[in-house]
Amino acid sequence: MSNGPALSAQSLSKRFGDREAFREVSFEIGYGEVFGFLGPNGAGKTTTVRTLGTLIVPTSGSATVAGIPLTPENGVEIRRQISIMPEVPGLYLRLTVAENLSCFADLYEVPHPKERMDGALSAVKLAERADDACGTLSKGLRQRVALARALLNDPQVLFLDEPTSGLDPAAARDVHELIDDLRRRGVTIFLTTHRLEEAERLCDRIAILNTTLRTIGRPDELRDRLFARTLTVTTLAPLPEPDRVFGGIPTLDNWRSDTPATYVLTVSDTAKAAPAVARALVSAGADVLSIAESHHSLEDVYLELIDHHDEGNSG
Amino acid sequence: MKLNRRRVRAIFTKELREYRHNGNIIFAMAFLPLIFLIQPLIQVFTLPTTASVSLRQEHSLLYMLGIPVLVPATLAAYSVVGERLQGTLEPVLSTPIRREELLLGKALAAFVPSVAVAYAVFALFIVLVELFARSAVASALIRGPDLLAQILFTPLLATWSIWVGIAISAKSSDPRIAGQLSILFSLPTVAVTSLIAFNVIPATLDTVIVLGGALLILVRLGERFASALFDRERLITTTK
Repeated sequence: MSNGPALSAQSLSKRFGDREAFREVSFEIGYGEVFGFLGPNGAGKTTTVRTLGTLIVPTSGSATVAGIPLTPENGVEIRRQISIMPEVPGLYLRLTVAENLSCFADLYEVPHPKERMDGALSAVKLAERADDACGTLSKGLRQRVALARALLNDPQVLFLDEPTSGLDPAAARDVHELIDDLRRRGVTIFLTTHRLEEAERLCDRIAILNTTLRTIGRPDELRDRLFARTLTVTTLAPLPEPDRVFGGIPTLDNWRSDTPATYVLTVSDTAKAAPAVARALVSAGADVLSIAESHHSLEDVYLELIDHHDEGNSG
Repeated sequence: MKLNRRRVRAIFTKELREYRHNGNIIFAMAFLPLIFLIQPLIQVFTLPTTASVSLRQEHSLLYMLGIPVLVPATLAAYSVVGERLQGTLEPVLSTPIRREELLLGKALAAFVPSVAVAYAVFALFIVLVELFARSAVASALIRGPDLLAQILFTPLLATWSIWVGIAISAKSSDPRIAGQLSILFSLPTVAVTSLIAFNVIPATLDTVIVLGGALLILVRLGERFASALFDRERLITTTK
């Protein structure tokens, strides 16, 4: 494992004729990081994964994958160090689980393939289904076989394209636990997903792509960057003089009242402002029902960026 | 470029396992040779001793060279387009396998059973003729040079047919069309062997050398052509 980033892209672009799949994408991902790659359908997520996985050649830009420069000559060496689990499991349905894994263990030239297959199947809790034909398995179980297949070569970088797509909540939770476990083992995970709560729960950092990279950062960073911090105050009755009550609150930028007896205060530091708000309300004789810090989900961030982009386009 | 044997073997083994689990493939492999076996057998068993004179002028055995042309064509036609349809091509290409290793594994998997079936059917034909045909007919039919031609040309024709099938499969998006085109492109080869069998093209040593040489060249060209048509990016990113 080298000291540099596990994955990096500099101004990476891919065109298919007149159509731009993604443009000028740049990022760096460290070893052991779980990196979420979000974006609407057709944003270029899967094409980015395929490009970094050496399946297709970028139109311009450069990248390193597992510390190896992304060039056609390095394709075989890069593919030795990585695994890609595509959205569609792509299993040989007439073959058994073990036969599927055995084929891929040989393709990866895995030493001691039997042990490695047993380990991968145990990791996805499928050891007892090794002799079942893949065609007889449910969608969720097929997804797990595909995940076991992706673990066979003990990859430095694991690309997971919508790994929980179509899974029930319990199966999705198992996949999440497995990703957590892989993170603890130092595997770099590049996760594309539509499930924002999944990205928020699993990813150290996320990027939002819509042909170009819209943003990149930790989920809480993105929230802070995009949304002002607010306190929502609810009282039993409307305040007679709210300007006077909120006038002396430290770090207050402004306030508004969306509904009677509910006030939204925009502040730069909620820790300083909240106690002051409580004191001001009490001294004004108000009956306080709640003072709450507003939380913006990753979904808010995502929609803000994607909607903003769409508005820009339509304009 | 050095090919990795383990990866070639992985594809070869996987393909054979798929054949084993797929009744349609077993049926296709068995049905075609049976047609080649039964029809001439019925004819040979009913031939009178006097027919041996005209049989000596022909090379009827070479008619069975159609088996190593047609059987592998149907197998090879499915090889790439089948993987695309199943969604298995992308996971396979995501491994360190090289295009040449994948194609070689697939070609071998079509070659081995096809040639085995062709030799087996041919051997069965010879045994049945020796046992049940009139001895004059049998000796007129089964001659050393024809046997040698059958043995030598079977693998050559099968290999050519396989590369044509793989090339079509790599370019096609529909397995039915790929199968039909592979058979269609194999027909000229069958026509040539049939013309020799029925003495339209004289079966001289020169003909054998020329055809053998031409086939060797065609096999090499076919391999390169199939490899060139196997465009990783197109196969993964489009349905064309």
